[in-house]
Amino acid sequence: MTTPILEMKNITKTFPGVRALSDVSFRVAQGEIHCLVGENGAGKSTLMKVLSGVYPHGDYSGEIFLQGQAQKFNGIADSERAGIGIIYQELALVPDMTVYDNILLGHELKSGLTVNLNETIKKATEMLKKVRLDLNPSVKVRDLGVGKQQLVEIAKALSRDVRILILDEPTAALNEDDCDNLLNILRGLKRDGVTCIMISHKLKEVIRIADTVTVLRDGQTVCTLDAARGEVSEGVLIKHMVGREIDDVYPRRTLKISDEIVLQVRDWTVYSHGLGRSLLTNVNFHVHKGEIVGFAGLMGSGRTELARSIFGNPDGFRLDGEIVVKGQKKSFSEPRNAIESGIAYASEDRKKNGLILIQDVKQNITLANLRALATRSVVDANGESKVAEEYRTALTIKTPSITQKVLNLSGGNQQKVSIAKWLFVKPDVLILDEPTRGIDVGAKYEIYTLMNKLVDQGMSIIMISSELPEVLGMSDRIYVVSTGRITGELPATEATQEKIMQLATS
Amino acid sequence: MILKDFRAVIRSNIREYGMYIALLVIMGIFTITTDGVFISSRNIANLLNQTGYIAVLAIGITLVIVIRHIDLSVGFLSGFLGALTAIAMTAWGFPVWAAILMALVMGTLAGLITGFLVAHVGIPAFVASLAGWLIYRGALLLVTLKTGTIIVPNDAFNAIGNGYIPDIFPAESSFLPELHKLTLLIGFAAIVWFVLQSIRDRKDRQSYGFEVLSRDMFTLKLVFISIVLGLISWVVAGYNGMSWTLAIVIVVVVVYHFITTRTILGRHIYAVGGNPEAAELSGISVKKITLWVFGSMGLMCGLSGILFTSRLQSATTTAGTLFELDAIAAAYIGGVSSAGGVGKVTGSLIGAIVYMSLTSGMNLMGTDISLQYIIRGAVLVAAVVFDVTTRKAKS
Ligand SMILES: Nc1ncnc2c1ncn2[C@@H]1O[C@H](COP(=O)(O)OP(=O)(O)OP(=O)(O)O)[C@@H](O)[C@H]1O
Ligand SMILES: [Mg+2]
Repeated sequence: MTTPILEMKNITKTFPGVRALSDVSFRVAQGEIHCLVGENGAGKSTLMKVLSGVYPHGDYSGEIFLQGQAQKFNGIADSERAGIGIIYQELALVPDMTVYDNILLGHELKSGLTVNLNETIKKATEMLKKVRLDLNPSVKVRDLGVGKQQLVEIAKALSRDVRILILDEPTAALNEDDCDNLLNILRGLKRDGVTCIMISHKLKEVIRIADTVTVLRDGQTVCTLDAARGEVSEGVLIKHMVGREIDDVYPRRTLKISDEIVLQVRDWTVYSHGLGRSLLTNVNFHVHKGEIVGFAGLMGSGRTELARSIFGNPDGFRLDGEIVVKGQKKSFSEPRNAIESGIAYASEDRKKNGLILIQDVKQNITLANLRALATRSVVDANGESKVAEEYRTALTIKTPSITQKVLNLSGGNQQKVSIAKWLFVKPDVLILDEPTRGIDVGAKYEIYTLMNKLVDQGMSIIMISSELPEVLGMSDRIYVVSTGRITGELPATEATQEKIMQLATS
Repeated sequence: MILKDFRAVIRSNIREYGMYIALLVIMGIFTITTDGVFISSRNIANLLNQTGYIAVLAIGITLVIVIRHIDLSVGFLSGFLGALTAIAMTAWGFPVWAAILMALVMGTLAGLITGFLVAHVGIPAFVASLAGWLIYRGALLLVTLKTGTIIVPNDAFNAIGNGYIPDIFPAESSFLPELHKLTLLIGFAAIVWFVLQSIRDRKDRQSYGFEVLSRDMFTLKLVFISIVLGLISWVVAGYNGMSWTLAIVIVVVVVYHFITTRTILGRHIYAVGGNPEAAELSGISVKKITLWVFGSMGLMCGLSGILFTSRLQSATTTAGTLFELDAIAAAYIGGVSSAGGVGKVTGSLIGAIVYMSLTSGMNLMGTDISLQYIIRGAVLVAAVVFDVTTRKAKS
């Protein structure tokens, strides 16, 4: 047996109150694509941060070997020198800088004392070619979609001669086309001899791409599976991840949709001054009480803008059209008005728009509805803790305590906090924008079950999702959005992946 | 057992206690180098009176920094408002209360204007308040142009910065003749209130089944804080008792502390500081909060102007010079973070006291002014370094 390119032995890492990794061992063979899967909070990101020196030597116990040689990284710079490149779960690009500056950030090409602009652009273009991104490197990162930003991240990592490329949930925010593209690029890198470690919750793509899969559960290695020997299948992965079998990913429910329309939007047009064009034109839709309405479409089709413009329009778009909530015409000048009218919106980018990372779990959960906990403006601290505990239990948020800062939670658990926050508002219409992005199968199932329970109690849910199976599995009715227009409305019984894709690209 | 608890509590709150420890160390050093003059009741009384006008500014600016802004105009605004107060009483014949009210109202309005420019027009706070710095400086020169320094001959007004609260028992009574009885009584009342409140809070938490400090630790904490409060009252009572300035600062701190820690408004301020986008989407009006915070800053400028004018018993053409930087330094020493969402008003109060202790102590020692600036700068950096490193260690 050849020496593995990477071997991590008996890694243990603790945070105050949490043992994130206990005695984990992890081997990666030269040139393979190795997937790392596990539930939210299983320790995947932490393991990769140990590997890349984010947690320096001495901060954890255990050993790391690269091609048989023991390594002691004291920081990211050390691991980079050793040929390890990491792309974090949260993108790390500077939005207001150009693509070429971002690619060479921290490794600028100098001539004398100044940055050599021409060389920089040349090198950046080369790297972009490697990730098959046809793009003028002088555009600002801000102006790119998430999919392209993800590729720029990879180009950035590649510019540093990586031998091992780590990708932490690279496809979480990508649509299917971008996903396929990314997987193809990984295959290309593999041909060039780069070893890839990829963390993902999308088991289908894991199955498509992985040579080997390692499953983590509660900070321990459960098993390592070899795809060539046919050991990898969705059922097997789920069983190892969750510790039990889940037969039906989308739980069933008895329909209790009433005729009452809680939300109706008519002739909705949204114009952006910044972009100088309309993002949505003449959108009409309605939502019944007790219904789950899915909004399908490609990334950038305008679904998020639709939700945000209805939810008090925090972006200051110019709006036209009308919103009718429970028979009453409304106009919201800020999100607060929308919340008061019973509409809640759990945003897709929880770090940027959803949560206050430096505050604790409790404060985040209660933020949007402090009034319910206050007498004469004074917040009842004990009542607050009680509420937070209730939601922590209900949504099985994995945290040592409700006073833990949200920053320290794993990605999936942050998402649960974000949902808990909006449940506490007790809205009539809950808009969930990509509610299961970055969430493991077990937790997805819990969130779906919760959604069913909520509509059963008479809440209505609008679910925006780029994962077609999810839209199909959960919705009662589906609207398809394509470039700012609703191009189709399908009852769940008639909808298929093909029909939706056709409408989404029309 | 209790020792272990003790260590755990200290370790998890090191950042908070660090400042108090620093204050004690600084006070200790000065007490030694000045042969005890520093810690004398007389000097402490003076120190607290001097701290007053910076402390209120520091508290105001803490919230401004928490919501990721800055206000450079506060120094000259308070100087200008102080001068207006003086003019109102001497030239326009305003009664004291009306002059004070005017300063507070005008301060709030000025703050709201800055707030409006920042929140609604979208001008960076640095620029908006830099403009304010220039404008209020000009305004101050303008109103003092003809007269130069304006002497305030009103005893009632001057008592704010120089006077002390009356005593309940006549000074010549034989009961504790050296001490100010009402001050002691207030200190005692504060201790009783604090102990009762803490016990109630603890019971309350227990009734919810939440974790509380162990009984021993809790008692230890109560005893310790009671002793500290007692000592402070004792020292303050030793020289004329509590000054009006101190009384005002205490009220301001209590009110701000309450608002920031207990009320919805307070939560919203920290939410806006922590992540404005998320706050907006949670139904918080970021504009309104910004307006509020700058308004409160203006109010504090009015108060600071009154305290300073009263302390000097006059308004000068240079009043308020560099107050903004002293206030900002005090806030940073007190642990506020410019990344937003972090910082306590109590911290800033301690920060102000630390900062003014340095000045006072070095003055007593006769340290040269040049060296004083250098040392103050070094302490500022040290405080922030400590803050940053302990914060890192915790996360
Ligand atoms: N800085 C930190 N401080 C305290 N606890 C932490 C910190 N970082 C991670 N944790 C905890 O360590 C555990 C593992 O977290 P990690 O981020 O590695 O999970 P993950 O497997 O990547 O999950 P996800 O799929 O949700 O991203 C979690 O319980 C998390 O709360
Ligand atoms: Mg993770």
